[in-house]
Amino acid sequence: MTTSPATTHVRPNYLRIWLYLFLMTIAEVALAFELPVAQNIKLVLLLILAVWKAMLVALFFMHLKFERWRLRLIFIVPLPLAAILVITVIMEHVR
Amino acid sequence: MTHATHTLDQMRPPYPAEPGAGVYSSKLGMWVFLASDVMFFTALIGSYVILRFGVSSPWAQPGAVLNVPLTGLNTFLLICSSVSMVKAYAAIADGKKYFLRKVAGKTLQDGGLKFWLLVTIICGAAFVGVQVYEYIKLVGHGITPAGYREGSELAERALADPVKYGANIAGLYGSTFFTMTGFHGFHVTCGVISMLYLYFTKVLPEKYSAQDYRGIEVIGLYWHFVDLVWIILFTIVYLI
Repeated sequence: MTTSPATTHVRPNYLRIWLYLFLMTIAEVALAFELPVAQNIKLVLLLILAVWKAMLVALFFMHLKFERWRLRLIFIVPLPLAAILVITVIMEHVR
Repeated sequence: MTHATHTLDQMRPPYPAEPGAGVYSSKLGMWVFLASDVMFFTALIGSYVILRFGVSSPWAQPGAVLNVPLTGLNTFLLICSSVSMVKAYAAIADGKKYFLRKVAGKTLQDGGLKFWLLVTIICGAAFVGVQVYEYIKLVGHGITPAGYREGSELAERALADPVKYGANIAGLYGSTFFTMTGFHGFHVTCGVISMLYLYFTKVLPEKYSAQDYRGIEVIGLYWHFVDLVWIILFTIVYLI
């Protein structure tokens, strides 16, 4: 295997990622039960935090950030399909 | 591949890559499986979203039925297990097969593959244990996949406050809750059993090395995915 300097990566600080995940989990619980925020804003903020945490796990713990695009695509391709599945069924309900 | 090349790029394991995705076959296989698992959990979560927002009756309010502090602790356990898994991966990539080793000038000992994988297994098993405890308590309080059990504590509370406890659609609430968390718990259980198998057949006999640690990387991918799914489920099922 050859490695060019342009594609070299150093390991991320895993403990820092863990700290972010921990703090965001506390923020989520506080937002859900303690903070006086409107229900719709709360919903959006909770979803953003969840997606952010999931991204941190996928990018740094699963090392997707350091993988080749061809491998990333395997994981990314089902996501639009998943979105289509949910949106289509919601539209069916709305209609 | 030279040792210098290995230390230069710590994210690329030193075994031959298959053409195409550029990774070895078992890792590619795990990624394809995870892609299919994304669709599986999307079907579950999508169905939940549709059912929840499709009904006209109010859903049980967050924290009314479920024990959120206990599940928060479980979420913390799973996040800890994810970081210990990635530490196990990093340890064996550096050739650290040992359990713990003293480092000159430092109070804390340096953990090797045996230590970090054991921490992951313990946290994973604890997660399953807490989930089983949660199920036992919930069923005891009266929520089952069929709804509130007649004469139970929750059924009485739902009668007194039908909006807070979603009395009209308790069956839908119970079935979606147990289906989603149950399938996730099944994934965690499979992960713990797989890690235990690897621990006793490969890790303790020191069959992994800095030159070949494919099994650890592949089970690590699975384990992080299980953590990722729980992050989404915790928000959707327990907090919203």
